[in-house]
Amino acid sequence: MNYHKYSSKSGFSFSYVMLALVIVFLFIPLFVVVFFSFNSAKGMQWDHASLIWYQRLIFESPSLWSAFRNSLIIALTSSVTATVLGSLAAIGIKWYRFHGRSYITTVSYLPMVLPEVIIGISMLIFFSAVKVRLGMFTIFAAHTTFNLPFVFMMVSARLDEFDYSTVEAARDLGANERQTLTKVIIPTIIPAVLSGFLMCITMSLEDFVITFFVSGPGSGTLPLYVYSMIRYGVSPVINALSFVMILGTMVIAFIFRKFLKTVAASS
Amino acid sequence: MKKILKPREREQLLGTMYGGPMGLWFTLFFTVPLGIIILYSFMKRGLYGGVEWEFTLDAYRQMFNPSFAMVVVRTLWISVLSTFLCILIAIPCGYAMAKSKHQTFLLFLIIIPFWTNSLIRIYAWISILSTEGFINSLLMRIGLIDSGLKLIYNNGAVVLVLIYMYLPFAILPLFTTIDKFDFSLLDAARDLGATKLGAIVKVMFPNIRSGLSTAFIFTFIPIFGAYTVPLLVGGKDSTMIGNIIVDQVSKTRNWPLASAFSMILTLISLVGVFWMLYNGKREQMQKGSKKTTQQALEHNIKAHHSLRGTK
Repeated sequence: MNYHKYSSKSGFSFSYVMLALVIVFLFIPLFVVVFFSFNSAKGMQWDHASLIWYQRLIFESPSLWSAFRNSLIIALTSSVTATVLGSLAAIGIKWYRFHGRSYITTVSYLPMVLPEVIIGISMLIFFSAVKVRLGMFTIFAAHTTFNLPFVFMMVSARLDEFDYSTVEAARDLGANERQTLTKVIIPTIIPAVLSGFLMCITMSLEDFVITFFVSGPGSGTLPLYVYSMIRYGVSPVINALSFVMILGTMVIAFIFRKFLKTVAASS
Repeated sequence: MKKILKPREREQLLGTMYGGPMGLWFTLFFTVPLGIIILYSFMKRGLYGGVEWEFTLDAYRQMFNPSFAMVVVRTLWISVLSTFLCILIAIPCGYAMAKSKHQTFLLFLIIIPFWTNSLIRIYAWISILSTEGFINSLLMRIGLIDSGLKLIYNNGAVVLVLIYMYLPFAILPLFTTIDKFDFSLLDAARDLGATKLGAIVKVMFPNIRSGLSTAFIFTFIPIFGAYTVPLLVGGKDSTMIGNIIVDQVSKTRNWPLASAFSMILTLISLVGVFWMLYNGKREQMQKGSKKTTQQALEHNIKAHHSLRGTK
C-alpha cells in the first residue's frame, strides 16, 4: 500500500530547502542589478524610479553600439563557419574510416576541457609568431575554434540515432553524394545543426576571456566594452545594459526550452 | 569519365572531404598554437617580448621563485576549497531536482543566471559587496554599522564569487546522473535498516561516481584557470596562476615563463580529464559494458555540456 514509505510527503526535506536557497543565491545578484537600473541616483541609495540610465544606454553610448555591432558580426560569421565545418566533420567521423580520424576526434574535445586562458594565450602567441595583426579576423578565428567542438558534439549525438541504411537506400535509388547529403542527411540532422548554431551564437556573444587576448584596437566586442566599464569608471548605465542582457539570455533559454526537455529526458 | 573507386578508397576520400576541413582548422588554430607554447616554454626570453632560439630550462626554474610558488599554492587551495564547496552544495540540489516533477522549470532557473554574461554577474557581485555597495548601504541605513565593511578585494570574495560562477557546472552533471539513479534502491537499503543519510552515502554515491567526477573536473578546471574573478573581486593577495600568465604576456613580456605556467595548467587539466575518464570507465566495467576511452570522454562531456551553453 505505502509504496514510497520513506520519501517525505510532508514537503520539508533538506535537499528541497537547499535547492530553494541555491536558486535564491543565484538570482539575488541579478535582481539587485535590475532593481538599481531603475534608480535615478548614481549609488546604491534608492532615490526614485527613473529610466534615465536606459535613455543614456540607447541614445548616448555610441561606442557601446559599435561594440555590439562587432559582437554580432563575429557571432554570425564564426557560428556559420563552425556550424558548417563541425556538422560535415560529424558526418565524416561517424560513417567513414580515414587517416587522421582519431586525431580529429581527440583534438576536437580538448578545447572544451582546457581552461580558457590557455586557449587565449596560445592563440595570442601563435598570431604574434606568424605576424597576423590582431583584430576582427583573429577574434573570428578564435571564436570559430571554441565553437566547433559544440556543433561537432551535438550533431554527432544526433547522428548516433540516425539509421545509416537510409543513406544506403538513397544511394541504391540512384542518388549521388551531393543529393544524399542535401536531400537525406541534412533534413534529418537539421534540428541538431540549428541548436548547435544557436549555442555558438550564445557562446560567441558571451565570451570575454579568449576575446580579450586576441582583440586589437577598434575590434572590441560587447563583453570587452562591459569589462572596460567595470574597470574604468562604473556608471549605472551598466545596470541598464545588464537588464537588457539578462532579458536576452531569458529569450535564448526560452528558444532552447524544447531542446532542454529532450536533453533532460534523454540523458 | 569518372574513375570508379574501390569501396575502401571511396571511404577514405569521403571521410577526408567531410572531416578534413575541421581537422585542418583545429591543426592550425589549436594544435600548432599549443605546440608553440610547449616550444616557447623551453626557450630563452627575448628582450622585448618574443623568444630567442636557445634551449634553456630557465622558465621552469623561475617558477620556483618564492613569490610564484606562493601563487601556485594559493591557486591550489582556492580551487580545491571552492570546488569542494560547489560539489557539497550541488549534491542535494541535484538530488532535489532529480526527484522533482518540475525538472524543466528548475533547469531553467539554474540555467538563466548561468547563461547570463559572466562579466555582468561579476559586476553584480561588485555592486553588492563594495564599500558603497548594496549590503553596506543596507546595513548603514538600518544603523547596524557606521562605516562600510570591507567585504570585497580579498580571498573570501574570490571564493564566494567563484562558487557563484561555477555552481551550475557542478549541479548539472550531478542532476543528470542522479536522475538516472534507481531511487527504490534507497528504500531497499532503508528496509534493511540503513539510516536515510547512510543509504544515500553507501548506496547512492557509488552509483553516481561518474557524475561526481565529471562535476569535480568541470568545476575544478575552470576555477583553477580563473582569471577574471581574482582580477575583479580579488585583492593584492588574491593573484592566481591565470593572472600570472596574463601579466607575464602583456606586462612583463616574459613569454617563456607564461608558456611554462600554461604548460602546468594544461598538464593538471589533462590529468584531471584522464582521472575522470578512468572513473567513468571503471563504473562502466562494473556495469558490464565495455567502452573505449573515446566513448567515455564523449559520454562525460555530453553529460555535462549538453545542458550548458557557455564556457
